[in-house]
Amino acid sequence: METVEAALAAHPFFQGMAPEHVAAMAACGRPVQFKAGDFLCREAEEALDFYVIISGSVSVEIFSARRGPVTTTTVDEGEVLGWLWFKQPYHWHLDARARQVTRTIALEVAALKARCEEDHNLGYELMKRYAHYLAVQFRVTKLQLVDMYGA
Amino acid sequence: MAPEPEERTLRPPQSDGLMVPQLFRVESRRRDTPDTYTLTMTPASFAGEWPFAPGQFNMLTAFGLGEVPISISGDPTEPQRLIHTIRIAGAATRSLCQAVKGDIVGVRGPFGTTWPVREAEGRDLIIVAGGLGLAPLRPAIYHALAHRPAYGNIELIYGARTPQDILYYRELQGWRGRFDLRVHVTVDTAPPEWRGRVGVVTKIISEARFDPPNTVALVCGPGVMMRFTVQELVGRGVEPDNIFVSLERNMQCGQGLCGHCQLGPLFICKDGPVYPFSRVKGWFEMREV
Repeated sequence: METVEAALAAHPFFQGMAPEHVAAMAACGRPVQFKAGDFLCREAEEALDFYVIISGSVSVEIFSARRGPVTTTTVDEGEVLGWLWFKQPYHWHLDARARQVTRTIALEVAALKARCEEDHNLGYELMKRYAHYLAVQFRVTKLQLVDMYGA
Repeated sequence: MAPEPEERTLRPPQSDGLMVPQLFRVESRRRDTPDTYTLTMTPASFAGEWPFAPGQFNMLTAFGLGEVPISISGDPTEPQRLIHTIRIAGAATRSLCQAVKGDIVGVRGPFGTTWPVREAEGRDLIIVAGGLGLAPLRPAIYHALAHRPAYGNIELIYGARTPQDILYYRELQGWRGRFDLRVHVTVDTAPPEWRGRVGVVTKIISEARFDPPNTVALVCGPGVMMRFTVQELVGRGVEPDNIFVSLERNMQCGQGLCGHCQLGPLFICKDGPVYPFSRVKGWFEMREV
C-alpha cells in the first residue's frame, strides 16, 4: 500500500519539493476515501483539512435556494482542494462533493500551519505552490465569468 | 516561415459553383442544442458530388432572406451529401434551421483554406474546440480517425457553456469509447446531475498528453477561447507555426472580392479561415483594425 509520503511525492502539486519537506507535509496527512455523493466539506463548516486529490473527482458547488446546487468547477486527480484555509476564520466557502470514489490525502490545517511557522522554508515552498495555483484558478475563473460561449 | 494550410484545390462539379448557388435538397434536420441544428443535404440541381476538405465552408442561401457562411461539418469521404451545423443568429439562419425534408437550399463553395491534416501526419494532434467550433473541426476529426495509424496521440478537448449546449453528444460518447483517442469534454457551469467535468477548456490543456515540439494543434471557437487556448499551448511548448486557428468574419463573396471579411491584409474567406497562428498573431490580438 502506498504511504502518504509516497502519494504526496508523486502528486503534481508537490513536484520538485525537497524530500524533507514532503515528509513534513506527510506527517500532517492521512488517507481519506470518499464514496460518490459524500461531501468533503460544506459551506460555513470549519476548514479542518486541506485535500490533495489522489484519484477520482470532486464537484465544487454553490447552493442556491432557487436553482439548487450549481457546480462551478470540478477538481480532479492531480489537483488540490481547499486553498483558502490560510485565511481566517478557516471556514469553507463552498460545498465539495465526491462524484465518484475519490481517494485523497487530508492534510490537517492546524498541524500544517504549525509546521510552516516552525520551518519558514517549508512555508515558502508551500506558498510558492499556492501562489501558482491561485494564479491558475483566477485565470480560469475570469474566463468562466466572461461567458465565452455566450451569444 | 510558417507552413501554409493545405492548398484549396477542390471545386464543385459546376464551373460556376463559386458564383451561382447550386440547389440542394434537405434530406434531414437534427436538433443538436436548443438553437443549433444540423442539416443533411443532397444535390438537387446536378447529379454528382460536392468534394471538400476539412475546414472549408459554403455560402448557404435561404431564398428570399439571405446568404450566410457555414462551415462544412460532414465527412470529407462522403461528398455525395453535404452536412452543415447551423446556429440561429438571424433571419437567414433561422430559416435554414427551420428547413424540413424536401426544402431547397442554395449552396456556393466550397471556400477557404483547410486544416493541415496531412501535414500533421507523424505527429501528435491536439484538437481544441469551443461551442459551435466543434462543427468545422469535425471533418478533421473524421479524417484523423480514418487515418489513425498516421498520427501519434490524438487528444480532443471540447468545451461548451452548459451540458445542454454540447454538440454531437452521442458522437462524442462514441469517440470516448475508443482506445486510440482521448476525449475531454468540459462545461462552464452545470447542474449536479451532470457527471462530466466543469471548468474551462484551457485548464484541460495542461493535462493533455502530447509531445509539444512534435504536435500540431487545431483550435476553433469563440475569439476569447482561442486566444487563451493558444497561450496555454504556447506555454506548453507548441510552436506558433504548428497551432492552427479558424477565424470567423463577415464572409459574403467567398472569393476575396468584396472585402467584407478583410482583417488587415487578410481576406478571411479566401486566405483563411484556417491560418497558422504565427501568421495571424498580430491581427488576432488587435483590439481595433
